[in-house]
Formats: sequence, structure tokens, C-alpha cells
Amino acid sequence: MSIPISLTVNGKAVQASVDPRTLLVQLIREHLQLTGTHVGCDTAQCGACTVHMNGRAVKACSMLAVQAQGASITTIEGLSQDGTMHPMQAAFRECHGLQCGFCTPGMVMSAVQLLADNPKASEAEIREGLEGNICRCTGYHNIVKAIQFCQSGAQPAAA
Amino acid sequence: MTDMSQPPNNPIGQSLRRREDARFLTGAGQYTDDVVLPGQTYGVFLRSPYAHARIKSIDTSKAKAMPGVVAIFTGADMTGVGGLPCGWLITSKDGTPMKEPPHPVLAQGKARHVGDQVALVVADTYLQARDAAEAIEVDYEELTPVIDMSSAETIGSAVHDDVPNNVCYDWGHGDKAAVDAAFAKAAHVTSLTFHNNRLVPNAMEPRAANAHYTRHDDAYTLYLANQNPHVERLLMCAFVLGIPESKMRVIAPDVGGGFGSKIFLYAEETALIWASKRVGRPIKWTAERSESFLTDAHGRDHATTAELAMDAQGNFLAMRVKTLANMGAYLSTFASSVPTILYATLLAGQYKTPAIYCEVKAIFTNTTPVDAYRGAGRPEATYVVERLVETAARDMKMDPAQIRRQNFITTFPYATPVGLTYDTGDYAAHLDKAIKIADVAGFPARKAASAAKGKLRGLGYSCYIEACGLAPSNIAGALGARAGLFEAGEVRVHPTGTVTVFTGSHSHGQGHETTFAQVVAAKLGLPVENVEIVHGDTGRIPFGMGTYGSRSLSVGGTAIIKAVDKIIAKGKKIAAHLLEASDTDIDFENGEFKVKGTDKKLPFGAVALTAYVPHNYPLDKLEPGLNENAFYDPTNFTYPAGSYVCEVEVDPETGKTTVASFVAVDDFGNIVNPMIVSGQVHGGIAQGLGQAMMEGAVYDSGSGQLLNGSYMDYTMPRADDLPSFTVDHTVTPCTHNPLGVKGCGEAGAIGSPPAFINALTDALGVKDIAMPATAERVWRAANKIA
Repeated sequence: MSIPISLTVNGKAVQASVDPRTLLVQLIREHLQLTGTHVGCDTAQCGACTVHMNGRAVKACSMLAVQAQGASITTIEGLSQDGTMHPMQAAFRECHGLQCGFCTPGMVMSAVQLLADNPKASEAEIREGLEGNICRCTGYHNIVKAIQFCQSGAQPAAA
Repeated sequence: MTDMSQPPNNPIGQSLRRREDARFLTGAGQYTDDVVLPGQTYGVFLRSPYAHARIKSIDTSKAKAMPGVVAIFTGADMTGVGGLPCGWLITSKDGTPMKEPPHPVLAQGKARHVGDQVALVVADTYLQARDAAEAIEVDYEELTPVIDMSSAETIGSAVHDDVPNNVCYDWGHGDKAAVDAAFAKAAHVTSLTFHNNRLVPNAMEPRAANAHYTRHDDAYTLYLANQNPHVERLLMCAFVLGIPESKMRVIAPDVGGGFGSKIFLYAEETALIWASKRVGRPIKWTAERSESFLTDAHGRDHATTAELAMDAQGNFLAMRVKTLANMGAYLSTFASSVPTILYATLLAGQYKTPAIYCEVKAIFTNTTPVDAYRGAGRPEATYVVERLVETAARDMKMDPAQIRRQNFITTFPYATPVGLTYDTGDYAAHLDKAIKIADVAGFPARKAASAAKGKLRGLGYSCYIEACGLAPSNIAGALGARAGLFEAGEVRVHPTGTVTVFTGSHSHGQGHETTFAQVVAAKLGLPVENVEIVHGDTGRIPFGMGTYGSRSLSVGGTAIIKAVDKIIAKGKKIAAHLLEASDTDIDFENGEFKVKGTDKKLPFGAVALTAYVPHNYPLDKLEPGLNENAFYDPTNFTYPAGSYVCEVEVDPETGKTTVASFVAVDDFGNIVNPMIVSGQVHGGIAQGLGQAMMEGAVYDSGSGQLLNGSYMDYTMPRADDLPSFTVDHTVTPCTHNPLGVKGCGEAGAIGSPPAFINALTDALGVKDIAMPATAERVWRAANKIA
């Protein structure tokens, strides 16, 4: 049995027919070949699968694809506009907020949400706001710096 | 020493932003699970639910009939296929070689840990493979699991039938008689007994493989989340499957962290390659996180008693260490070397302790195999040394900085009593700097302020040393290594003057595409953008050993520099011809070949073009082209060292410990990209604090089940568990590689656990507290509740 679903992903209308147990992240990665969204833990703990659904950060590994019926999804691929990085993406590069890159898409999607909710977040609030995303490489130090850099509105020195 | 040319905008020492970041930040990275091949099938492993069980029968008939199932393989299908090899032979004190029981690709008759692979299901889709795996019927006869190392010799149950006492080896290192004599005359002996907790590496990208056999060329391609694709290929082809290496290409594309866990040859990819020929289609497997917990090689797990003998003034006379090291159920690729060669040899630390003896007994248990994890033996050694030294200072009522200072090695080169020769260092320099940055002088006031709030505050030091760039090959071979320890680099100059560098080192987060380009651009006087770095593909790079042990820049970078030197030497000959001079009169600097004492010169690009369009060229004396490779085998280890100061605040009512500040001053020798180096230190400290504060695999001693096998149960540091770190450096350049670099990848994970525990025990006023120092343990210690 498969279920037809239609939704919008990165501004484009998408129609698919999926096994009912298909996860949203499987739809994104395997049906739509948007492999920037990653699976790190299968249990909604690490946040590598974070995408935006109707403007809210959600963990795509713990949602069924059919739950996204009619929704508007933004993945990391949809965050940059016309080949220009979103300021949060640029800030991560500027501040070395990533190493292996695997947690990065989810981390960036969460960080964008974090500042949307609380533009003047303190360091403690930023750290608390990142609770749902695990990075094993950076020790978070430069991720926090990147979010603060983005918060400041400064422009990266490097191209 | 090679002379480093210094162009006006020398990229060495600059925090260039990373070129790999654009793809990672936009979702364009390509990790193994992102690769989908034509005709793709999916593999799922059926795993043992028991820690120790005889497999009486396996019935796959029902599963084979399920929709989409392509094939199911069990150990019975793989009889005649070799087992996974171990890369380092350790010889016991009595002269006998370590026990190397078979490590089958799929279980043969017995399952030896929870998660041991029993069958491989291949199906058209992942979900079909999973469904079929659940329909396989296995009749197990449970056996007594061997879980606890201390009772493994007497429990009367054998992980491997041919190793009845479960002892892999019983090894000793150092001068036992000299140590015993020194202890006999010591004024004071400080001793500690502790467990260096078992860690699960938890690279964020789970292990994954995609194995593809192609009939037209009778060859295999393996996409693999891996740190050293040539080692993988060699071990799998030559020692297990009997496939010519020329028929196998291993590609480790973007790899989402490794920390050691992706060095090893694992059963999964071996089974997939073997099966891919049988099914004639590519097979992809990606570990679920619970599989990673059960099958990625774990780290640490030492039970140790350590003693330090001193004279009445606190001068170290001797150290004696006895360790039980858990090997898990099978010998993983480099498991045997970790608690021996990479551990006992580091027990001198930064100190001139004249006599050291270490005994290590390696034990098989019905748990996941244990192997190298960030630091590999060196964190365990540093924990022994730095916990002992701090405790000794307390025993002797001495300042912990002073007892270190008076025992520091101060003259170099220095031959330790455990077999290493440190080439250079200045330990007082980084200790002094760390003390200053950490404002140790202000600690009493901060402690009083904490006390006024009802909090306990403590300060702890750690002065670590590590040995990186494991080498040289011939000496390692004499110590039991079954592999070379060199690195390879190839520099291919294109006709237009741009350069592609092929390196045997592998980057899985370290930023080599940026750092290595900086090094080559500096040498050749080129813009960094003109240098491209290629790694991680045996079909493109020369045979290299990959990345582990903080070796990439010191060993891999040196191989590249040697190849660049050959490029420059050949370029001089070409330039000499074009400029009608003798090649001995040609200098190369800032990207230009110049005739000494004249204004005649040629840019690098003109020489490159001439090499490939050799119209005006000495064809009778010189081959066309500008393409050189080099292999570099180091003459010694490098010895990064540093001083860490950790300050903690404890809430005795809850047991919550806050890292109030963490200062790391490292001597990594020269630094190519300070931004990347600091990032490595941050990450290392976070993993070390994870070990000290919250991480630790917990096995049920009765059943052998891993009790915390998911991110719901196994605690790792999150952003709000950690402070911002203060990272600084001192520099004594390495004396035996041209860059003067030492390696920075593991330092943080090595130095931070003892710094934290030293601070915490200081705060609590206790001699010791077990890692991980969870809130419960801290609360019990603070309130003196057993």
C-alpha cells in the first residue's frame, strides 16, 4: 500500500507516493535526492535531520512523510538564495563552526530558528537553544561564536 | 630541513577560511549514504541479541521468500573465507605471541557479543531487507557471558574456545628490577586504582558502505565511511577475501567524523564486498545508531593500579603501573597496540622519572571490540600520570604546579625509560602561560566567592605529552607492527600552472583541503586557490596510510613537501635551459625561477607550460612533464605537549558540576592554520570532558547487554554542558620534519580528563572520583554518601 502526498519543498511543489511508514527524512533524502539533510541517531536526539516545516524547525527522522501532507518544507539546500549563502551559513564558515560537516545542516537550520525566536539570545540562551543538536567535532565553541556573529549582523571578512 | 620559501602573502600561519565549508553548509557534501548506484540493493545485518551464544541453527527459508529479497547469507556460506586480521603482534612476557582467535566475517557457530553479525540480508529496498531480517529464525543456546575483566580468568567460560582463560596477552615494559629497587627506598609512595571508562566514539555519521562488483572488468568499488582507504583495501583484499588489490577501489568520500572508529577493517563492508559479486548488484548498508553502539570499536576500558615513588622532596623516583585492558570479543585491527605500544611508552609524561615499569594484561570479553579512539592509549597514559602527580602533590602538601615543575624534563633530546626520545619541548613555558591565563593567583578569591553561594570550587592541572606520527616503520616493525607507517603524496602540476595534490592522508573534518593547500601554495609561491587537494580514493591517490594519531600534517604534509621539492628541482632544470644558465645558478622564490645575481627570471607557470609543451626543452636530458610523488617515513615520533588548567564549580545539593573555565596552552610546534588548530583543540577538550563528566558504556554484568546503546541513554556533551574554552600556544618547532609541526588532533582529548578530575577532586576534597563523574557520583562524594 502506498499513500499519495503533496507538499512544497524549497518552494517547489512535490508529489509522491510513499509506503505509509516512510519517514519525512527518507522522503527528503531518497525520493527527492536532497541529501544535505542527514540521519545521525534515529531517535530525535542529534538533530542532524533538522528541517523547517511551515516555518518551524522539526526533526525529520521522527516524523512520517505523510504528516507533512500539504506542508511547506525548507531543507538546507533551500536556505541559500540564488547561490548566496544565508547569513547563518556564512557565519558558520567565518567562525569555523563546522568540521566534518555532518551535523552542520541540522545545526544551521536549528540556529536559524533559534535567532528567529530570540534575536537577542545570550550565550547561555544560545547554548540552551542548541540542546537538540549534537556536534562531536567542534565542542560547540565556534558554533556559538558563529551564531553570535550572525546575530551581530557583521559581514564575513573572507569571501 | 627544507627551506620554506616565504612569498609576500605567505599563507602559512593564516587562519584561511575552509574551502570545504561551502559544500557542507549548502547540503552539497557527499557522504557514503548519499551515494546511490544503478541497480542499488540494500543490506541489513541480523545481529545476535545475546552476548554469548552457540548458534544451533539458522532458518532463512521464510525470509528468502519475502518480497524484494535478493539473497541471504550466513556464516555457512562463507566457510573458506578468512577472518579479519589484527595489525599488531604483541608478545607476552613469557615470549609467547598474543592469542589471535578467528574473527569471522559472519558468525561461525557462535555469537560473541550483542550485535555480532549472524546473517546478511540483501533486498531491493531497505525496508524489505529489514522485514526479511526479522523473519530469519535462529536457534541460540545461551552461554555464560564473560563481561567483567577482573573475573574473566576464573569464570570458567571462554569467549573463544581456544583461549580458555580469556587472556590475549600478558605484557610487560620497562625495567622492573630498577623500579622495585626505587620503590624500596622511596620516602613516599602515592597510589591510585581506577577505571578508565569505556567510550563509544559516536562519529555523527554512522558507518556506511556501498559495495559494487562490476562484471565487465571483474573489479570492485567500495564507497566507505573510512579514514584510511588503502589500509582498508590491503587488509580486506590480501588477508580476508583474496582479491587482487588492483581489482579493488576504495572511495572514502566526505566522512562525517571518525575519531579512530573508522580506521578499522570491519566485518560489514567485508561481507558486502563478498556478497556484491554473488548478487551482481551494488549493496548499500548504513548503520542505524543502535548498530553503531554495538559494532563501532569502542575506546579505553582500562582497569589500572598505579604507584609513584618519591623522595622526601617530591622528586619522582619510579612509577609502577598494572593494567587490565579490555579487548572485547575479537581483536580489532589495531586493538593490541593501544594498551601497550601507545600506552606504556607514554608513562614518562613530561617528567624525568628515572625508572618506569608497566604490566598490561589484555582480556577477551563478550563485549564490543575495543580499539583506538581519539588519543588511543595516550589518554589512558596521561590519565595515569597526571592523576598520580596531582595526588602526589596533595600527599606531599606541595603546590601541584611546583611538583610538576621540579620534575619536568628540561634538556632535549631526552630518552625516556620507556623507549621514546623526545626531540624538543619547553614544558615550563606552557605551564607558566596557562597559569597566567587561568589567573591561578585569583583562584582563592573565586573559591571564596563560590563558597559564599554554597558552592564548592576546585582547580586542576594536566600536563600531557603525546606521541604522534607513529614511526619509523622499521622500529615499529620490530615492536610488532604489521604495517608500514609512511605517508605518500603526489604533486601534479598542470600545463597552465595550477596544481593538484594527491595525498594519502584522509580528511574527515580536519580541513586538509585548506591546510595542505596553504602549505603547497607557500612552497610554490602560488595563490592558494590554484592548489587542489585530492584524498580518500585509492583509484586516484598513491598508496598511503591514511589519517590517525594526529599524523596528517607532520607525516602526510612532509610527503607532499618532498614531492614539491622534486617539482622545484626539475623546474630549475627547465628554467636553466630557458634562461640559458646552469641549473645550479637558478633560485626559486616567490613563485619565480631566477638566475642568481641577474634580473633574468621566469614565473612558475611558464616553466609548467614548457614542461608540457616541450618545444624549447632539453629532451635529450630531461623527461617532459611536471608530476612528482614522494613517500616519507618519519625518523621519530613528534611530541606535542601542553598544560591545561580546569576550574570547576560544584553544587553539593544537586551534584551538578559546571566547568567554570578551561585553559589549554599547547605546543604543537609551528602552526599552519591557527583557526583550524584551535577548532581541533576545542573538539578534543569536549570529548575529553565528555569522558570525564558523562560518557561511559554500561554493560549488564549478567546478560552482557549494552544498557546505554542509544542517544537516549548514552550521554554526550551538548552545547549547554560546556563553557567556551581559552586556547593558546607556545612553540618549539619539531626538529625532524620540514614544517616543524607536531600534530594537534588528539591533544584536547588526552589532556582534559585528568585536568577535570583533578579540579573536581580538589573541589570535593576527595582523593578520587570515578569517571564519568555524573551528578549522582558527585552528589554522593559531596555529601559523603557511599
